Amino acid sequence: MTKKSAAAVVAATAALALGLTACGGGDGGTKKTEGGNSGASAAKDVANGALEAVFNPSDKKGGTLKMAVSEDWDSVDPGDTYYAMSWNLLRIYGRPLVTFNPGAGAKGRELVPDLAESLGTPSDGGKTWTYKLRAGVKFEDGAAITSKDVKYAVLRSMDKTTLVNGPTYFNDWLDLPKDFKSVYKTPDVNTDQAIETPDDQTIVFHLNRPYGGFDYFAALPGTVPVPKAKDDGVKYRDHVVASGPYKFEKVEAGKQYTLVRNENWDPATDPIRKALPDRYEISLGVNADDLDNRLIAGDLHVDVAGSGVQPAALSRVLSDPAIKARTDNPTQARTWYTSIIGDVPPLDNIDCRKAVIYAADRVGLQNAYGGEFAGGDIASSLMPPSIGGWKKLDLYPTGTGDVEKAKAALAACGHPDGFETNMAYRADRPKEKATAESLQQALAKAGIKLTLKGYPTSDYFALYAGKPDFVKKNSIGLATNGWGADWNDGFGFMSQITDSRTIRASGGNYNLSVKNPEIDALIDKAYVETDTAKRDALWGEVDQKVMENAYVLPSVYAKSVMVRGTGMTNVAVSGAWDMYDYLNLGVA
Amino acid sequence: MVTYIIRRIIGAVLMLAVVSMVTFAIFFVVPRAAGATADDFAARYVGKSATEETVGNLADRLGFNDPVVVQYGRWVKGIVAGAEYDTGAGVENCPAPCFGYSFISHQPVWNDLLDRLPVTVSLASGAAVIWVLAGVATGVLSALRKGSVFDRAAMGIALAGVSLPVFFTGIVSLVIFSYGMGITAPGGSFTPITENPAEWAYNMILPWITLAFLYAAGYARLTRAGMLETMGEDYIRTARAKGLPERTVITKHGLRAALTPIVTIFGLDFGLLLGGAVLTESTFSLNGVGKFAITAILKNDLPQIMGVTMLTAFFVVAANLIVDLLYAVVDPRVRLA
Repeated sequence: MTKKSAAAVVAATAALALGLTACGGGDGGTKKTEGGNSGASAAKDVANGALEAVFNPSDKKGGTLKMAVSEDWDSVDPGDTYYAMSWNLLRIYGRPLVTFNPGAGAKGRELVPDLAESLGTPSDGGKTWTYKLRAGVKFEDGAAITSKDVKYAVLRSMDKTTLVNGPTYFNDWLDLPKDFKSVYKTPDVNTDQAIETPDDQTIVFHLNRPYGGFDYFAALPGTVPVPKAKDDGVKYRDHVVASGPYKFEKVEAGKQYTLVRNENWDPATDPIRKALPDRYEISLGVNADDLDNRLIAGDLHVDVAGSGVQPAALSRVLSDPAIKARTDNPTQARTWYTSIIGDVPPLDNIDCRKAVIYAADRVGLQNAYGGEFAGGDIASSLMPPSIGGWKKLDLYPTGTGDVEKAKAALAACGHPDGFETNMAYRADRPKEKATAESLQQALAKAGIKLTLKGYPTSDYFALYAGKPDFVKKNSIGLATNGWGADWNDGFGFMSQITDSRTIRASGGNYNLSVKNPEIDALIDKAYVETDTAKRDALWGEVDQKVMENAYVLPSVYAKSVMVRGTGMTNVAVSGAWDMYDYLNLGVA
Repeated sequence: MVTYIIRRIIGAVLMLAVVSMVTFAIFFVVPRAAGATADDFAARYVGKSATEETVGNLADRLGFNDPVVVQYGRWVKGIVAGAEYDTGAGVENCPAPCFGYSFISHQPVWNDLLDRLPVTVSLASGAAVIWVLAGVATGVLSALRKGSVFDRAAMGIALAGVSLPVFFTGIVSLVIFSYGMGITAPGGSFTPITENPAEWAYNMILPWITLAFLYAAGYARLTRAGMLETMGEDYIRTARAKGLPERTVITKHGLRAALTPIVTIFGLDFGLLLGGAVLTESTFSLNGVGKFAITAILKNDLPQIMGVTMLTAFFVVAANLIVDLLYAVVDPRVRLA
């Protein structure tokens, strides 16, 4: 038995603590943050400096760009991802046929050819689209990229049982043979009636109906070439083969990705990429508040999610002039709104729906989402302003609620004393809970009694608010909702949330309330219209019809407060993503 | 002694089997009893705009259409004999012990857990050393000088330690020590001890202290109470009467008896922490088992939830067994039978 005294125990503890601290302190000087401050930042920080112009332009190469994200990534496989951050970032290692022009504001919304030599050539009234690939483009292993690699990539991305995450536009629009199931299950079925590759440089898409905006499809990550020999289905995400200037060095799902230069990328074949940093380090699953602190302290360059700082950091960011000068406050192509569901009486009556909109406290809803800077501007339409065809609608008051008008509408719908209904919201989203509570209070003034029902985000659309049977059985008249554009045009924003034919009995619907044959007909007209201005106008009309029929109560056009990391060059908020354009950032 | 250990190990295995069945039932049987169909399960794992056909295919692929007993049997079989997994383009082998494949990240759960275990073990063991030494020492000193300034100050700090949540102390300490003074590593830093022990300790020191602060406080209060009680016992008076030096009385007779409840609590705490220090790992962005668990739950990734529950249960059961064995060493009054 040892005979240590109590004092000796204390002394040992203290010595250990000191020893550890000394150890930490000793290393501390050399280990601390070489990331953020290494660059020679020439430009003076200006708030919103990257909104309409490129902030701190430079062509200097070198350095490590450090990125982090708090949420998990669905996948880095271009054929299996649906996150905007992912679509933005994957262009550093993959080249789609077409992509968005790297640049600030509206310039970023222009489509430019990438792997293709030029934008698509339509024929057959918009049912056939032809692209020519650039010569000399190679995969990271040196193999030449051919049109067959693009065709294979598009076809594999359509197997939604294996690659579940990506969009289904190609599934819905390509003229595929009936017996084709997937490249994995029916590899021998001839698919030339959907995609032809007459030679190694040419690819021809055949659609089942005309679509004037096919270049947007060609800009989907699904067109990033994939070599068939390297494809192992869902595991391809662990070793994606690069066609862009960077290739994966390390892929650790849920932890981190690192990318290094791809020696087989030839700048001569690529007029839009600068490829400045030597290396990308992307940390996943970082605590959201810690991420903001590191961004502010200069230990990180970019929050990949691009949705802005957390509420905890917001007041600090906005109140410190030095940090505020490093912020950008873009309006996103995203609207937060509440669906008013006509399947549930008495909301099948348009005047009862209008009563809800009149009674709502629109300022209260704005505050629920975080106010003017972090929440966004009060919305008067479903479509946000950055979408082509948007026009300002003035159908309803946007103040703190008009009880008189609400009561008049209630009288018109035969419920002069109001009615009762249930409201669904995502229980783990504080902003949506605040939205539901604001509506509960405001609507009560007009006699509409709301019972609030929270459901988990992960199953919200699959099992609850997005499942028609559940909604009817549980009399859910209102449901919080929100939508961001797949790309910034009417089709990219509106098609999934206003077309009644997208609603499936099995659930998983995002369109909870817009069911109107007139709107469906307008959408069909917009699909076949090849003139951009006319097409945009049609989508604007869809938006107007949605509001006239009171199918949704819009809250805000989302805004975010993003902080630029220190020492970054070529920073621009792209109008395509409403976040920093990840194609040409530099740190040297 | 040997029969005792064998008996306990058999008990532990049975306990783990029960835990696995209960966990499986919570996630697979209860929703079904509430009316969820196989397609409802699959609907969680399909992408946006999935057709009914896709949902049905996925339900098939993930095995939701099989009876629950078959699904559970398949899971157990994977642990014993390994399993095969459909990657779409082919089949991948998952050798035993295969705790299933994630429905979302499509990685074998066991590999992911093994990958994250070093982080959690580093965090838990370092913090445990600090909190046991600091907590017990503070508790002993407080008890011996009951009512003194030291006692009051130590117990005041202990109260703060118990009351302040890790996600507060963690974020504040990061802002002060890492981003303000630059003397500790930023969040998310981890180096395996095998690569560079000094850097390992440097990266972990802040999480260690933050986590230890929370536990040390409790241990100090517990030790103090235990010591106060023990030092009033008759055998302490006897020991003093025998003319033993005070330090022997305190350490050999007083502390040793007061330690028994500490060892029990420590076993449980440490076992639970090895199953993941959820808040500390999340606050410091450490990719350990705890963060893995919370992500799995948020994403509804059933195989991952099963895996992490089993791992935690294993550690708790094992820690309890070890604690029971240690009783005999710490407290001479206990004999194993």
